[in-house]
Amino acid sequence: MIRDITIGQYYQTDSVLHRLDPRDKLAGTLIFIISLFVAKNVTSYAVATAFLIAVILLSKVPMSFILRGMKAVVIILLITVLFNLFLTPGITFVSFWKIRITYEGMKTAAYTAVRLTYLIIGSSLMTLTTTPNNLTDGLESLMKPLGVFRVPVHEIAMMMSIALRFIPILMEETDKIMKAQLSRGADFESGGLIKRSKALIPLLVPLFVSAFRRANDLAMAMEARCYHGGKGRTKMKPLVYRGSDYIAYAVIIMYFVLIVIAQRVGML
Amino acid sequence: MSIICDHVNYIYSRGTSDEIHALKDVCFKIEDGEFIGIIGATGSGKSTLIQHLNGLLKATSGHIYINGEDIYDSDYSLKKLRSRVGLVFQYPEHQLFEETVLKDVCFGPKNQGLTSTESQMRAYEALENVKMGEDCYDVSPFDLSGGQKRRVAIAGVLAMKPEVLILDEPTAGLDPEGREEILHLLKSLHDEQGITIILVSHSMEDMADYAERLLVMDKGSLIMNGSPREIFQNSAILEEIGLSVPQVTGVLREMRQKGFDVDISATTIEEAADSIMRALGL
Repeated sequence: MIRDITIGQYYQTDSVLHRLDPRDKLAGTLIFIISLFVAKNVTSYAVATAFLIAVILLSKVPMSFILRGMKAVVIILLITVLFNLFLTPGITFVSFWKIRITYEGMKTAAYTAVRLTYLIIGSSLMTLTTTPNNLTDGLESLMKPLGVFRVPVHEIAMMMSIALRFIPILMEETDKIMKAQLSRGADFESGGLIKRSKALIPLLVPLFVSAFRRANDLAMAMEARCYHGGKGRTKMKPLVYRGSDYIAYAVIIMYFVLIVIAQRVGML
Repeated sequence: MSIICDHVNYIYSRGTSDEIHALKDVCFKIEDGEFIGIIGATGSGKSTLIQHLNGLLKATSGHIYINGEDIYDSDYSLKKLRSRVGLVFQYPEHQLFEETVLKDVCFGPKNQGLTSTESQMRAYEALENVKMGEDCYDVSPFDLSGGQKRRVAIAGVLAMKPEVLILDEPTAGLDPEGREEILHLLKSLHDEQGITIILVSHSMEDMADYAERLLVMDKGSLIMNGSPREIFQNSAILEEIGLSVPQVTGVLREMRQKGFDVDISATTIEEAADSIMRALGL
């Protein structure tokens, strides 16, 4: 059940996208997200769709795997679409009882749905093709200029990588504790809201205890290996741009220019 | 309570790149009141197998019959199954959550629908079984020592009065005294109360001392099924799959090679001692 959530997961395979520098992918994802908000007509969305499909194909991540991650957000998506559909003012398309659907509503609902879907697929493609370690390395490197303003960049990156590292561990732990409590007759699935939230106590208490225990162990292990913060710390595998990384930057910038042009000259 | 595994297969993460065929065509039968040991190297599918026996995992294909009833039948109550087949996970102390030891042990019986007095009676009995004194009933389980926590957690499952008790390495990480206590407890539960015990362990000595029958797992398949004496005859196969024979059996084998007429099928220290004495003519 818990294994089905793929957001933030890494998909192990070898592809052009997997080998790309993480800074590239971070910047690319950011530009892609911005482009989705720039795009407001069919032509520009067509460009975005084509780009997304090309990237998915390049990533070699199976479509079924990407779509499985969407399952978790389908409810949020649905609520957003319904709100847009029913609550946007404009020219009436159909109306019955107190509900009124407008042309504008249908249009914004459709765009929001597509935008949200692309947003999620785009950003999950980044995490699917980048190991958490690489990702934080990239973030640290991109945020380095902020160090001038006394932002603790290394510490933030370290916290992020530890947090990311703990996600699968805690999921596994949750799974284990859940099974242990199920074996003792616990029931997580039936009853009303109050009963169900109460049923979570036997799950959450051991989970917190174990999270603290693990955090403690980790802190100890880091200190034992002389970790003392970011000052003077070097990397075993420093990030270096290669030829393909520059090409990727060029591609993503070209894509953004295309979106802007499509937005200007496109129809609808 | 008899348990039959009929061609059970289980595949983790089916349809993704990290698909694992964790159980391959596993078949066996466990009779009422047996003391079964399951051995196998890490990742051989032992833990996956035992999670099938109380319905936590559902076989990808195959059937499991408990007392002749198919547990995958749509009208079979898994909740009832779980109170008849008690499963104690590895490091069971990680599941403790209540404010006091007594309350924690009451959790299982309460889930079975017993009243709070009945649950407490069950808890007292279970705690007595695991030799936890009355003075600890109102202590927070988080203040206990490692061995005590383990015993409280086992009591938590015992309080449900299961007919079959499955334990996944219940002695891992305990000191020798703690290990002995747990194993003795299992033996007395088996001998005195007739509970069927299924024990997963990496200690060949413990298996030789306690188990009546061994199931040997390797890479998801059940490759051997027999008495410890029979199983430990096949030292070559066992070593090949990352296991070993009990130390005394190893010693006897070496002695036989050196020309002593000893019984190499002995698996416990007592048997070995007898055999050596006889061989030396003492």
